Amino acid sequence: MWRDGGLRSFILGVMLALPVPAMAEDETGIVLAEGSGRDQVQASCSMCHSLDYIVMNSPFQDKAAWEKTVNKMVAVFGAPLTPEESAAIAAYLDRHYGK
Amino acid sequence: MDRRRFILDSSTAVAAGALIPNWLRAAETELPAGTVASSIMNALPGKRPLIKRSFRPPNYETPVALLREPFTPNDAFYVRWHMGVPDIAIADWRLRVGGPAAKSPREFTLAELRKFETHEIAAVNQCSGNRRGLFTPHVPGVQWGYGAMGNAVWSGVRLKHVLEAAGLAAHALEVRADGADVPTLRGPDFVKSLPMWKALDPDTLIAFEMNGEPLSRWHGFPARLVVPGWTATYWVKSLTELCVLDRPFDGFWMKTAYRVPKNLFGPSHFESQDSEQNSPITDIRVNSLLIEPAPGATLSIAGATEVHGLAWDGGSGIRSVEVSLDGGKAWREATLVRDLGRYAWTPWRFDLVPPQPGTIAVMVRAIARDGSTQADALIPNPAGYHHNVVQKVEYRVA
Repeated sequence: MWRDGGLRSFILGVMLALPVPAMAEDETGIVLAEGSGRDQVQASCSMCHSLDYIVMNSPFQDKAAWEKTVNKMVAVFGAPLTPEESAAIAAYLDRHYGK
Repeated sequence: MDRRRFILDSSTAVAAGALIPNWLRAAETELPAGTVASSIMNALPGKRPLIKRSFRPPNYETPVALLREPFTPNDAFYVRWHMGVPDIAIADWRLRVGGPAAKSPREFTLAELRKFETHEIAAVNQCSGNRRGLFTPHVPGVQWGYGAMGNAVWSGVRLKHVLEAAGLAAHALEVRADGADVPTLRGPDFVKSLPMWKALDPDTLIAFEMNGEPLSRWHGFPARLVVPGWTATYWVKSLTELCVLDRPFDGFWMKTAYRVPKNLFGPSHFESQDSEQNSPITDIRVNSLLIEPAPGATLSIAGATEVHGLAWDGGSGIRSVEVSLDGGKAWREATLVRDLGRYAWTPWRFDLVPPQPGTIAVMVRAIARDGSTQADALIPNPAGYHHNVVQKVEYRVA
């Protein structure tokens, strides 16, 4: 009773209508670009916010702008980073998400 | 960055409708590439799929097509938080009202608060950073497109009545408002203040309901400030404390964030928070939005196409909306469809008859009753506020 392809569409429709398993899209699915400093960025930045903030704010910030952002996270929002860690994070952000 | 990971990966995303549909993508082209890559359609509990800009804190934008209704459905209303979203048990919730300029501090349960006279107001709630993502050059922050706004009927009690119950002193200068959200580390708590004249305005509310339903957690359960005409940064959600001050509040979210260069957009009407260089953002600027047809659509040469949109300002009301088909030389008046109140948006429509096949660019501008109109070119400011540049929407004609 279905034309060729109709059955496939029907089955696909049923599959799409099935309840979504407990693996809803969430921040754990965010993968940042691989490179030196990524572990530090993931561990530090995700203390307060999901990592999509980084991707969302790219690629229009130069190194000075990323440094300013990292410094704000430390000075205003209390990110517990040493100056070396801050520098490594800013360098990673500039390299992979800079303009 | 791995673009596929954000947009195309995972069958779950497909099943949940997470793909950004083509009609939406057309409106996203001016946003930063990283924003487009990391945005997905995603539903928070109790909400329909919205444009996820960030998961944590949750910042979710309303697709333009869902702004078509006079009042934005609660489950389609944009979501914006600076910190974790509080989960409040109503039995434990209290609103404390006091401070150095309150003579008789009070504490209210929700039931007690509800005993004040009920008042409701239709008002646009618009994020200060709505359209920030369209700034050129881009500025950091949540990269909103057009949909960090909505229109609702807000119902509650007058802030004025609650403050008066705590005995306002003659030297009261500002009212500080704090919600139940708290910073993750030791950053500044999200706390705002209002000048007394705005706090005592009969349309400034402590609201319990939007569009006839109790506020959900996403929108400030069980009570939030409603500050009609002012950007949403003042509409403090999940309100816990009001403090009547006799001097200017010096918190980060007043003195450092949410500032605009002084007089760039006119007076702030919040003098106690003005500095030599800048002012707090306050009034919503007059603005308009074209909703239908979606940008890039093909219009018929054979007849008229109904164009629909919205116009709003900070409370003077909309006087007129004008449309230009020739790049801004000639302007014709659109029809204002409904007056929903001076703080609400005004839906408008226009019958567009394309002059010839090919392409056509439609420009729209709103004029407020106070005589103000939209900007012809972007007015740059560091935080990316008040984007009200006249839209130019292109269509094909065939």
